[in-house]
Amino acid sequence: MEGRMSSEARVTPTDRQKKAQRARSIAIALSLIVFVVVMYIVTIVKMGPAILDRAL
Amino acid sequence: MALVDDRLTHDTGILFSEAMPGDYFALLKPRVMSLVVFTAFVGLVAAPVSLNPFITVISVLAIAVGAGASGALNMWYDADIDRLMGRTASRPIPSGRVAPGQALAFGLVLSALSVMMLGLVANWLAASLLAFTIFFYAVVYTMWLKRSTPQNIVIGGAAGAFPPMIGWAAATGAFGLESILLFLVIFLWTPPHFWALALFKQAEYGRAGIPMMPNVAGEASTRRQIFAYSLVTAAAGVAPAAFGFASVAYGIVATVLSLGLVWYAWKVMRMDASDRAMKPAKALFGYSLLYLFGIFGAYLVDVVVARIGG
Repeated sequence: MEGRMSSEARVTPTDRQKKAQRARSIAIALSLIVFVVVMYIVTIVKMGPAILDRAL
Repeated sequence: MALVDDRLTHDTGILFSEAMPGDYFALLKPRVMSLVVFTAFVGLVAAPVSLNPFITVISVLAIAVGAGASGALNMWYDADIDRLMGRTASRPIPSGRVAPGQALAFGLVLSALSVMMLGLVANWLAASLLAFTIFFYAVVYTMWLKRSTPQNIVIGGAAGAFPPMIGWAAATGAFGLESILLFLVIFLWTPPHFWALALFKQAEYGRAGIPMMPNVAGEASTRRQIFAYSLVTAAAGVAPAAFGFASVAYGIVATVLSLGLVWYAWKVMRMDASDRAMKPAKALFGYSLLYLFGIFGAYLVDVVVARIGG
């Protein structure tokens, strides 16, 4: 699909837009990492040893 | 809007935003959030239960994010009037750094995440109150009251006053009388704080068509109402000691702080009608911020000292 696109149809972001996009991507990645770590620790704290107490 | 479109589309017709993470952080109204964090933390710590420190931190974080989300929704809705006032014209949406739709999505996602997080970490009573607070600020205050009545910040002030109750509810799963007193302090403090600002920003509010009290009832009436609200705020500030929820030491500190508030409000009431510099109103605005941090700080210290001593 991409290969059939003419060069006129493609849009090239400016350097500033690329820089902003990269910064936003890093911020989203960091936020997601924090979210996952928080949920993990909350689960351990809330459930404690009972986290292992489940039917297999 | 034209500015936003030009920056985002760059004449290509395809969206490329130049918004940096800091612009999204600004949507959360970090200065308001700092007040929310502090008062919610005081509510949590003052509750008579022992809490896991990690759960406490995450609960406060969830409340802060919820408050920030409501700030983003407020900025999304108010972008049209924000661009008319010097105080708000540089916010991310009116300055063209963030598109309105992005701010709306950001606010909605964070609202849902913060409520869910508080529900899972603390309890669903606290989460429900957080959800109600977001709704109250974004819909009842921003979309309805703000542009329709001079009582906008009086009623809307409830949204800013709920955090200590949310904190207390997060710790105990209930609403205590102590947390309702903390609610009252912020609720009654809001009118003198914002009307002091509205006095020296009257022209800007008038240009934006927001019916703040000085624009509707006049300066003299506003100055009298500021003084009246300062008196009841002072009473609410001392109330925790009067009800036996705090020590005499807190009572003395709160009395001194409250006398200061009443003094500054008195200066505003006695302000000359021809005074356009409005130094007393600016002084009251600044002192009112110190007052709230002072009252909550004193209450926090009192609770911690009593707990260590007891």
